Amino acid sequence: MPVKVIIPTPLRPYAGKRASAEFNAGTVGEALRHLTTEFADLRKHLFTEDGKLRSFVNVYVNDEDIRYLAKENTATKDGDTISIIPSIAGGCF
Amino acid sequence: MATSTQTEPGTQPVTGLSKEEILRYSRHLIMPEVGMEGQLKLKNAKVLLIGTGGLGAPLGLYLAAAGVGKLGLVDFDVVDFTNLQRQVTFATSDVGKPKSQAARARLSHLNPDIQIDAIEAQLTSANALELFKDYDIIVDGTDNFPTRYLVNDACILLGKPNVYGSIFRFEGQVTVFGMPDGPCYRCLYPEPPPPGLVPSCAEGGVLGVLPGIVGSIQAMETIKLILGSGDNLIGRLLLFDALGMRFRELKLRKNPKCPMCGANRVITKLIDYYEFCGVRGEEAPAPNVQVPEITPRELQSRLDRGDDLFILDVREPHEFQICNLKGHLIPLGELPRRMHELDSSREIVAHCRSGKRSAEAVDFLRKAGFRKVLNLKGGILAWSDEVDPSVPKY
Repeated sequence: MPVKVIIPTPLRPYAGKRASAEFNAGTVGEALRHLTTEFADLRKHLFTEDGKLRSFVNVYVNDEDIRYLAKENTATKDGDTISIIPSIAGGCF
Repeated sequence: MATSTQTEPGTQPVTGLSKEEILRYSRHLIMPEVGMEGQLKLKNAKVLLIGTGGLGAPLGLYLAAAGVGKLGLVDFDVVDFTNLQRQVTFATSDVGKPKSQAARARLSHLNPDIQIDAIEAQLTSANALELFKDYDIIVDGTDNFPTRYLVNDACILLGKPNVYGSIFRFEGQVTVFGMPDGPCYRCLYPEPPPPGLVPSCAEGGVLGVLPGIVGSIQAMETIKLILGSGDNLIGRLLLFDALGMRFRELKLRKNPKCPMCGANRVITKLIDYYEFCGVRGEEAPAPNVQVPEITPRELQSRLDRGDDLFILDVREPHEFQICNLKGHLIPLGELPRRMHELDSSREIVAHCRSGKRSAEAVDFLRKAGFRKVLNLKGGILAWSDEVDPSVPKY
């Protein structure tokens, strides 16, 4: 069940400069673990040391925030898009 | 003309337009969505722009041109040469002037019929509520996390809309926070990222047109809020990828447990936002470690003496192309796997642009067993100032 994970600009340096990646995954958590296995440098940006998704990292399946679905256990289906939305502060720097 | 049309707080709303104004705003007036009624709403509106930089430039220009009656411009910064690539309100002759003053001068040339207040101050927890209370809408065009949380909290405390925009390299985010039924910034990001996980200056930079587009969208949302027409970006986060030229939209929900805008508000006053964000809201972590340093002048005299020094440049390849000290290039991020290129028996001087990344490199190398590694204090910037002014600063 391939799902597409969109990697945001600030995290691309840790993901081989890729803008997106596709994985076979039945849940959001599974997809993110595939992602951080392929790109190990990403792990500390997405997960705490004890493996929890960091609180300032927002993850969406299509246009829904997984915090309001089943969090990392949110089921994904073929063709879904997972977006990682980090906070960015820039305005005029 | 200017004085008769100003709308000071507490004064009666303006109920008509002059003949000159009717001509000026004619392309609004002939649209039923704006018309005379809408134009008078614009004229009676009071909008506060936080930041007059990249996002503030199109915001100020379009809101002034549209006839927003009162604009406040908050900025404590001074125009510098590196701003001109994107901050299109400023002219080359503005370099060195306070941004709020320079922007006010430019905008009042554009529209002399509106009131523009230049507020040359840093927005703080001490002045935010007092500043915001005279305005209807707050537009956040700042560049750091502490100020973003401060703007959000002050808007929620006062019940004012917060038109939010932020950018990074070629990506932008826009939404409207602070509406009665909509989410706030803390619903989206309950807490800021720790300073260590914020992209460093090596990955910084911004495509100049990007703030122009994102700031223009903020201006559009501001005008729609004033007019009360159309669908605003309330509960929707608009994402813009300039490189892929794609707009996407995500649903933003009001978090019922939000400490700021939830039913059980925990935060009832403004806090210390620098402490909340771990002091440094924006840049890469300054290593707290002390590493051995060499000043540019010392380095020059040792090189002149013919000392055997290995210059290690830890910047990115595209920075090396701008200027370099003929060093060996290993970007900081590649150092762990390219350490074998270095000879630990030689004395190494590491440098970057400003000395921050190279301090991390020196710390890393010393922990890896390198004994003779020094950090060039102040980096290329200091080298240009103190040794060789022909080396460009960037």
